[in-house]
Amino acid sequence: MEEQKKIVLSVTGVQKTFGGLQALSNINLEIEEGKTHAIIGPNGAGKSTLLNVCVGRLAPDSGTVMFGDTVLTGKTPYEINQIGVARVFQTPEIFPALTLLQNVIIPALAKRDGEFRFNVFNSLSGEKELVAEAESVLEDLGLEDQMHDLSASMSRGDKRRLELAMCLIQHPKLLLLDEPTAGMARHDTNRTIEILKRIKSRGMTKVIIEHDMHVVFSLADHISVLAQGAIIADGTPDDVRGNPKVQEAYLGGAHL
Amino acid sequence: MSIQSTRKDLLIMAVFTLAVLTMPIWLDPIGAAYPDLLQKFAIFGIFAIGFNILFGLTGYLSFGHAVFLGVGSYSAVWSFKLLTMNVIPAVIAGTLIAGVFAVVIGFLCLRRSGIYFSILTLAFAQMSYNMAYSVLTPITNGETGLQLTQNDPRIFDAAAETTGLPITELFGMKLSGYPGFYFCAVLLIISFFISLRIFRSPFGLKLRAIKSNQVRMNYTGFNTRPYLLAAFVISGMYAGLAGSLMAVTDPLAGAERMQWTASGEVVLMTILGGVGTLIGPLLGAGLIKYFENIFSSYNEQVLHEIFSFLPDLFENIMVFVVNPFVGEGWHLTLGALFMVIVIFLPGGIMEGWTRLIGLFTKDRSKPDNNTPASAKAQTSEG
Amino acid sequence: MDAIVIQILNGLDKGGAYALIALGLTLAFGTLGIVNFAHGALFMMGAFCAVTVQKLLTISARVRDMSVTFFEAYKETPYLELWWGDTGTTIIEYSVPLSILIAIPVMALVGVVMERGLIRFFYKRTHAEQILVTFGLAIVIQEIIRHFFGANPIPQAIPEIVSGSANVGTMLGLSDTLVYPWWRLIYFCFATVVIGGVFAFLQYTTYGMVVRAGMADRDTVGLLGINIQRRFTIVFALAAVVAGLAGVMYTPVLPPDYHMGMDFLVLSFVVVVVGGMGSLPGAVAAGFLLGILQSFASMNEIKQFLPGIDQIIIYLVAVVIILVRPRGLMGRKGVMES
Repeated sequence: MEEQKKIVLSVTGVQKTFGGLQALSNINLEIEEGKTHAIIGPNGAGKSTLLNVCVGRLAPDSGTVMFGDTVLTGKTPYEINQIGVARVFQTPEIFPALTLLQNVIIPALAKRDGEFRFNVFNSLSGEKELVAEAESVLEDLGLEDQMHDLSASMSRGDKRRLELAMCLIQHPKLLLLDEPTAGMARHDTNRTIEILKRIKSRGMTKVIIEHDMHVVFSLADHISVLAQGAIIADGTPDDVRGNPKVQEAYLGGAHL
Repeated sequence: MSIQSTRKDLLIMAVFTLAVLTMPIWLDPIGAAYPDLLQKFAIFGIFAIGFNILFGLTGYLSFGHAVFLGVGSYSAVWSFKLLTMNVIPAVIAGTLIAGVFAVVIGFLCLRRSGIYFSILTLAFAQMSYNMAYSVLTPITNGETGLQLTQNDPRIFDAAAETTGLPITELFGMKLSGYPGFYFCAVLLIISFFISLRIFRSPFGLKLRAIKSNQVRMNYTGFNTRPYLLAAFVISGMYAGLAGSLMAVTDPLAGAERMQWTASGEVVLMTILGGVGTLIGPLLGAGLIKYFENIFSSYNEQVLHEIFSFLPDLFENIMVFVVNPFVGEGWHLTLGALFMVIVIFLPGGIMEGWTRLIGLFTKDRSKPDNNTPASAKAQTSEG
Repeated sequence: MDAIVIQILNGLDKGGAYALIALGLTLAFGTLGIVNFAHGALFMMGAFCAVTVQKLLTISARVRDMSVTFFEAYKETPYLELWWGDTGTTIIEYSVPLSILIAIPVMALVGVVMERGLIRFFYKRTHAEQILVTFGLAIVIQEIIRHFFGANPIPQAIPEIVSGSANVGTMLGLSDTLVYPWWRLIYFCFATVVIGGVFAFLQYTTYGMVVRAGMADRDTVGLLGINIQRRFTIVFALAAVVAGLAGVMYTPVLPPDYHMGMDFLVLSFVVVVVGGMGSLPGAVAAGFLLGILQSFASMNEIKQFLPGIDQIIIYLVAVVIILVRPRGLMGRKGVMES
């Protein structure tokens, strides 16, 4: 079984410095298909930087990011999305001036139309399947009641779920989540965990950056620990939990 | 908005068409039903509708749209001079050449956003304006403005037998007065229809999404630049069309049409009516042209007559207060109006209308169908 | 060599005006985050302070003209002359420099009223809305001025002692045919002094330090418990005064009319962008640079190759700068970049 594993995303020798600060030093990482891979680490460890390098927001100083056989480094965010990588941001990036339904239709259009399509001649009301799909995704995440409200008026937790819906409708091959539960109330967090578990059963590969250990250990198949820009531990949740290096660097010796 | 029925749009179009074509009738009571002004309503309506496709949908504030207006006018006049007095080639030339300009200017300006975009468009407008006055005099005829003369070639027209200057025509029909208005009106209706289609299309939704959050758009897999360029070119072509219609109704073109204050005027029209709404910009254009017409015609004499029912002292005070705002001072009224709208009613008349409706319909506690929600969506785009 | 020097000199006074206006624009933008399209109107108001002072000083009475002896002739003679004779004449002659004293408090007041009455409500609104509302204000100011002063340019006299030309050539040890009007030389020096004053104010006073800190990081300064509101008002008033002074002193060079504000505004915005949004030294450098560039572009030798270049050179430079280096000559990375 071990030999069958397929790598979706591989990060090789990625380096990134800001000014004199080494944000990432020689990162090597492999994400297996269908797995939920958590990246944890103390504040300033370089987690978000790593994610930004993966989606083309930052260019690494050296090293490459490969998605299957495609090189992601140097590609623009929209190209990377079209290849099949979707991202949920730490602070929800949605379209506040649009309704929830419209918010979800947009990424569905991106999936269907590609980077650019000048479709002015057909009316949106004619796009029946698209609308139906958007409605079902919203329903899936329990947002169907607010479907026609402006997304600006939603609670923060709901905005994050909306953003998740916007990613899910694209059926990405890889979903990157930057602290999907940060700032959420407990029951909202649990709800998000439920949703993420459900997606997992569909076989979508996920990378999660998270502070909340409860979330990490309920979802992750594999954990990489980042500290001061380097990976100090890598393995199954049990491996990482028992790793003294992690406990020292990250948890300050406290038990998980 | 996504479940807008086609029937509702058909109704909108029908009502709109009827309203535009009957303008000479229902504008009569307010003294606005004469061809000159009606033509202006239609022409500036087209200009504002087009500007709204860029500013209203994408949020990119161009301060140089008058360039395309000017280019449209010059092209149309040249078509009259070289080809024929038939307006069809003139209108097509004006629209297309303005479109070409829009491609070039848009391609450069859209590399930046926000205030940089505004300043870039402003810089291009000023360059065009200055050049029209200086180097390009062979094409623009400088300060005099481009005019028709009797010995223009007009290769497609039969040899001129008349003594006066030729008049613009549509296959033999002279386009001055009411026929001129109806020609503009038909183009206005077509322009409005296209704008309606854009608003309802996936393309239009994507433009609004760009306005709302461009970062998200990129991470959602859209290359936003071609979308913006398409919107810019479409709105530039609308301006070119409006410019060529100006030449159709009065066949001369001057550089002052490209001045940045002219660009400012269309911004004001759009904002006054309601940015990002379908008919707002049209209302704004109509109102401004109407009041410009009225206010400019007043002078101190007329004011004294108006306030003559007051005691002398109050009459004089009123005249003193009002006088700066009328006649030559119409621009003062315009500027003040501009400020009032931006400060108190950024959504323009359409927002005011929605608020007013809100005041009268008491039970708005729960938006239970999608009408209030979409109304909300409309106003918040301002 | 002479030709080059004279073009540089020609560019200096205009460049000085650009620099002064751009300085105020940058101050308002850097500290307050306001894109002020009414800043050109402030420049114009300064110029019309000078016009008003001149008008006030020359309020005249009709008196018998004694030089005409054949019949009873009358002439308008300013009261000042009637009362104080030659002293009065001298005061009138110096109306432009005197206007400076009036313009400082007037423009400061205008600045405070504008900031308190309008601008402060727009700190939290979008740049587009700021542009629009100040654009409206600029039109209003311009039209009010036109209503009261008419549409024609109003020439301003300068003191006779500086009405000639300075023999710059001999001063610099070049040919003695190189002459340059005294007043424009004075304008350049004046601009330099005002710019120096503003920089000294920002560098050496506590107020100035807060302002500079505010330009670097507005949010933090607000958190320090410093009354940022009052500082904002003062910065805006300072910007208004600087623009006003630039206007007062420019009146002998260019007779003021109601649309000079708009003309200079567009150019000054271009200057600010070229210098780098939010960079004070950038604004000053770009102001002088573009002034000089413009004067070179208007040389006949250059116009022969590139007809019309003098009309568009500044905009062309701006377009290239924005496209190639959006942060401008000296702007900090990240300011307003998208």
